Amino acid sequence: MRLKNKIIGGAITTASALSVVLILAIIIIILVVTIIGGKDKLTWEFLTSFPADGMMKGGIFPAIYGTALLVIVMSIAAVPFGTITAIYLTEYAHEKSWIAQTIRFAVRTLATVPSIIFGLFGLGFFIKFVGVGMDNWFMGGQLRWAQPNLLWGSLTMALLTLPVVIVSVEEAIRTVPRELREASLALGATKWQTIKKVVIPGSISGIMTGTILAVGRGAGEVAPILFTGAAYYLATLPTSVSDQFMNLGYHIYVMSTQSSNVDQTLPIQFATTLVLLMLTFSLNLTAVLIRSRLRRRLK
Amino acid sequence: MNSDQAKSGYTFTAESLRKKFRFSEFFAEKLITSVAFLSIAVIILIFFFVFRESLPAFKHRPKGTTEENRVSAGNKPESYGSNESAEALQKPETYTGAEPAAAVNKPETYGEVKDTSVSADEVNPDAKFRTSESPDSEGSLSSLFSNEWFPVSENPRYGLIPLFVGTLKVTLIAMLFAAPIAILAALFSSAFAPAWLREWIKPAIELLAGFPSVVIGFFALMVMATFFQNVFGYETRLNSFVGGAAMALAAIPIIFTITEDALTAVPRTYTEASLALGASKWQTAVFVILPAATPGIFAAVLLGIGRVFGETMIALMATGNAALSSLNPFESVRTLAATIGAEMAEVVFGDMHYGVLFLIGSILFIFNFTLNALAEFYVKVRLVRKIQGRGA
Repeated sequence: MRLKNKIIGGAITTASALSVVLILAIIIIILVVTIIGGKDKLTWEFLTSFPADGMMKGGIFPAIYGTALLVIVMSIAAVPFGTITAIYLTEYAHEKSWIAQTIRFAVRTLATVPSIIFGLFGLGFFIKFVGVGMDNWFMGGQLRWAQPNLLWGSLTMALLTLPVVIVSVEEAIRTVPRELREASLALGATKWQTIKKVVIPGSISGIMTGTILAVGRGAGEVAPILFTGAAYYLATLPTSVSDQFMNLGYHIYVMSTQSSNVDQTLPIQFATTLVLLMLTFSLNLTAVLIRSRLRRRLK
Repeated sequence: MNSDQAKSGYTFTAESLRKKFRFSEFFAEKLITSVAFLSIAVIILIFFFVFRESLPAFKHRPKGTTEENRVSAGNKPESYGSNESAEALQKPETYTGAEPAAAVNKPETYGEVKDTSVSADEVNPDAKFRTSESPDSEGSLSSLFSNEWFPVSENPRYGLIPLFVGTLKVTLIAMLFAAPIAILAALFSSAFAPAWLREWIKPAIELLAGFPSVVIGFFALMVMATFFQNVFGYETRLNSFVGGAAMALAAIPIIFTITEDALTAVPRTYTEASLALGASKWQTAVFVILPAATPGIFAAVLLGIGRVFGETMIALMATGNAALSSLNPFESVRTLAATIGAEMAEVVFGDMHYGVLFLIGSILFIFNFTLNALAEFYVKVRLVRKIQGRGA
């Protein structure tokens, strides 16, 4: 009986340990395969030049530039709104009130909505409703906003990353000690002054983590921008928010599935994947490090 | 009372104690409150607009007009550089009904590249297994329940059955991989691993969640597909098995994180009582901690299913995209989400195909919403009640 117990116990412990090892191994394999496949192609020139010869040669600068613009416009939209929602949930709303509960439920739902649905929503709402409306009101019916562009792509992405920001900022706000708030209020500061001078400065690292995580997420998602702004190839860089843009993830997708020379452009694909993976990986790593420091403070 | 007044030199009256009305405070509070409602508004708007755009699917349109539109849209020169082109000036102001505005919303820009005007289906050699055309069915609502997904033909047919079968097949395969691995890993992390190791495992696995799905899809397309084909020796390189295995990579971090949280939330007293009664570490883990956290684990699996069900990029890249309804895991499939991703760029705005794609979107959204609500219920109500009810 003892022996049998030991065997079962050993088997379960080993199996569970192996699962962890397997997951970590997959992470390492993906990283290593991408690095090996892409490292030869990855040069400074590759990062800074335009695609050439019908995407057969050249670099990916427009895709990097487009992705950067996308996450910048996205952050401008998502970070303030996310932060304010988090402030409401922690400072104003009562924990058990139905409003707070509903908002929390909505945020969690938003976090699990498939990214393709955001793409459909961007098309149906931003382009076909807001865009068409803007064209009729401001452009006299001329087509400018009722088509995929950087603004709509970024706003769609902002909705997708909103929950990421909210959750991070909320977590950070909760680490601001209650004594600090009480001290501020006791000195005669109003609630809003306390939030402005005590709570927000105290949770700035959380706002940063949220922004970094959101940028990491937004840089990697492709489905939301499939029909809201990403372009396969553009000869010029986007100059305004009403232009379309190239995107790293979309570039990988199109190059690996839709081009007729998948084999010949394989090094470019691997190098692009490497760039995207390094970008998101380093962003997430930074966020994890900041967060673990934050959690230590909480303890 | 008197001495108090003398000390402070101030008399507190009901009037002076009342909170002063400050406009900035009032304004800040109202502004913050209204912004906080944005998340709720977005959910409602998503529901409304995705459903609204799917309405064309319910209107039966004569086939002829649709075909005409498709031809005229197809012949349009596609250039998006300048807004002054003749094409742009002709644009209809509103997109109603069957106006030929498809060219407007194509995300591709055709510059110097010559070879891009082909759809995923035409390029992907694995996607040629389409069911044969039969001329008798019509592009109407009733065809939604047929077994043929053939949207771009003389007689478009929008049978959702193969898409459902494909999606369920991929989801099942993905969960068969992801659930045991993720739950076992979570069990190791919370019950067996020493504290210092746990500090490392959790963030490391969460890093996998940060891998963009397009990267996982690319990895599946280039590496996993070849590897599995060599191991199992099947014919079609891209199939539901490869797609499912790749999606498991996307689902594992979600299931792991939530399961881990649920397992850690089991009160220490349970573990200590079990150990004090002489149970070994693994017996405590399997017979005490795991059962106590069942609702949380169930919720984790539900959310994992939701993730896989709506996953687009991995499905587009690794499942082969052929709308077949077979039960063989080694055949190509086309999932619901991938169908939207692949075809939305090529549809005529406002026609039936467009509506059906949005209808698929509505189905995905409702399904996901339900899963999330269920998971919420399980974590909130069952898990909390279970732990508190017994612990108290």
